[in-house]
Amino acid sequence: MITSRTAPVRNASLAVTNAVFIGRSVRLSLRNAEALIMAIMLPVMLMLLFTYVFGGAIDPGGDYVNYVVPGIILLCAGFGSSSTAVDVAQDMTSGIIDRFRTMPIRSLSVIAGHVAASLARNLLATGVVIGVAFVVGFRSSAGFLEWLAAIGVIALFILALTWLFAAIGLVAGSPSAASGYGFILLFLPYLSSAFVPTTTMPGWLQGVANHQPITPVIETIRALLAGTPIGHSAWLAVVWCLGILLLALAWSLATFRRKAGRR
Amino acid sequence: MHEFAIETKGLRKAFGRQTVLDGIDLTVRAGTIFALLGPNGAGKTTLINILSTLTKPDGGSAYVAGRDVVRERDAVKRSISLTGQFAAVDDMLTAKENLRMMGRLSGFTADEARARTAELLKLFDLEASAGKLVKTYSGGMRRRLDLAVSLVADRPVLFLDEPTTGLDTVSRRALWETILQLRSRGMTIFLTTQYLEEADQLADRIAVIAGGRIVASGTAQELKSRVGEDMIELRGADDELLAVHATDGSIQDIRRTLNELAGKVPADTRISLRKPSMDDVFVALTTTRLEEAAQ
Repeated sequence: MITSRTAPVRNASLAVTNAVFIGRSVRLSLRNAEALIMAIMLPVMLMLLFTYVFGGAIDPGGDYVNYVVPGIILLCAGFGSSSTAVDVAQDMTSGIIDRFRTMPIRSLSVIAGHVAASLARNLLATGVVIGVAFVVGFRSSAGFLEWLAAIGVIALFILALTWLFAAIGLVAGSPSAASGYGFILLFLPYLSSAFVPTTTMPGWLQGVANHQPITPVIETIRALLAGTPIGHSAWLAVVWCLGILLLALAWSLATFRRKAGRR
Repeated sequence: MHEFAIETKGLRKAFGRQTVLDGIDLTVRAGTIFALLGPNGAGKTTLINILSTLTKPDGGSAYVAGRDVVRERDAVKRSISLTGQFAAVDDMLTAKENLRMMGRLSGFTADEARARTAELLKLFDLEASAGKLVKTYSGGMRRRLDLAVSLVADRPVLFLDEPTTGLDTVSRRALWETILQLRSRGMTIFLTTQYLEEADQLADRIAVIAGGRIVASGTAQELKSRVGEDMIELRGADDELLAVHATDGSIQDIRRTLNELAGKVPADTRISLRKPSMDDVFVALTTTRLEEAAQ
């Protein structure tokens, strides 16, 4: 029977469409074992590197692990969400997007699926990183609420960054171009208070480091987990993340529509 | 049921300064196979993209299943499915997962999607590999799955963009069989191809597209009669092509052609008889058109 006995008269609801695309992206993430292992192993290796190799020189007191963990978490989030750009570019250039677009569904949900999978993937990686951090001597003064707030800030940061990478994936002409553009963003954590306090940097670099989004996010997580003074960091971090999120969403939507109309 | 599943009038599309479609008029009767025949860059994919709501035309009108492809996009989407030039399936999913996903996206419940998946796997002879990742599939299997995926929702109009390009002869013939079967179920099929033979085997009507215009349309028989039943090919001593002449294939016509040629070509010229190719039809049709324009 080519013609179905159970032909649907209804369209898939938006909830079902989103659920299907999230399921698809999660499945694709799980099957891309190399990328998944990289996303978890790289931050762990970096943490071990910074704690045992550079740590002694940066902070001879041996307390560096407590300083560096928030930075490693963000580095991990940045690296993990960058693969969203490649996944999105892959879908946009492979012809599968044309099939979705000719179906009576909201095809932008394909992108939302990748974003949701990235969020899940990165929170998992963050969990592993925090677990390893405890093993190598990380100690936190945070109570339940502080932990919850820290995870909330990390999740918001991952979400904002993932949508930004999704927009980059939409703009890029090919998966490898997407990967290239995404790479630039991965240097931001190094120019922040992630690994060393910004006060140790030359004056001109301090200006950059103090006024880029990563620094307030890191300072917020550090304040929540290690009890350092929080200052203005918390609201600055939230404003930065929401600002990036809204801009990235608008950019994604506009690009998706433009590409749909042009071809 | 509309008499015409597809109807276009004066359809135009340009990308920048380059005109891709320059006034396309065509009609496709419901329940028939229509082949759009033309070389690369003739505008075939652009036309399919417009009819399947992916691209907006610059001018003219197009109706699919009685609905306007621009103003009633969503209604059109409920009547069509598209199999593009490149297999649009997920390599890192299994055939079963690909089909189920499409089932859910097409509005089936989980159980209905499962049932439909089983049906299609069987029909397309993919049951044995249903649980394997698509990236391990051969070209023919991928194409079968691709077609199965676009049949999940059971829409009345199917667009196939160069369905057999890159397939071996056996897979190609099997796919033709399936396409013919789809027609017998009442589906309307609009396909593009570069191969006259494919259009000849499948289509009830063929339109030849060149430079963004329909230069000829009719049944395969009508088109071929404009070229000739057979082609006489003349080749020199070094196998270089000297000339091609159309003939109706009868002994007197071939004798007459050869008599005309006698003395005009070297004595060691060899002749052979072959069926008209896409190139012949194409050359014949485009030159006739130019001659008509000149008069």
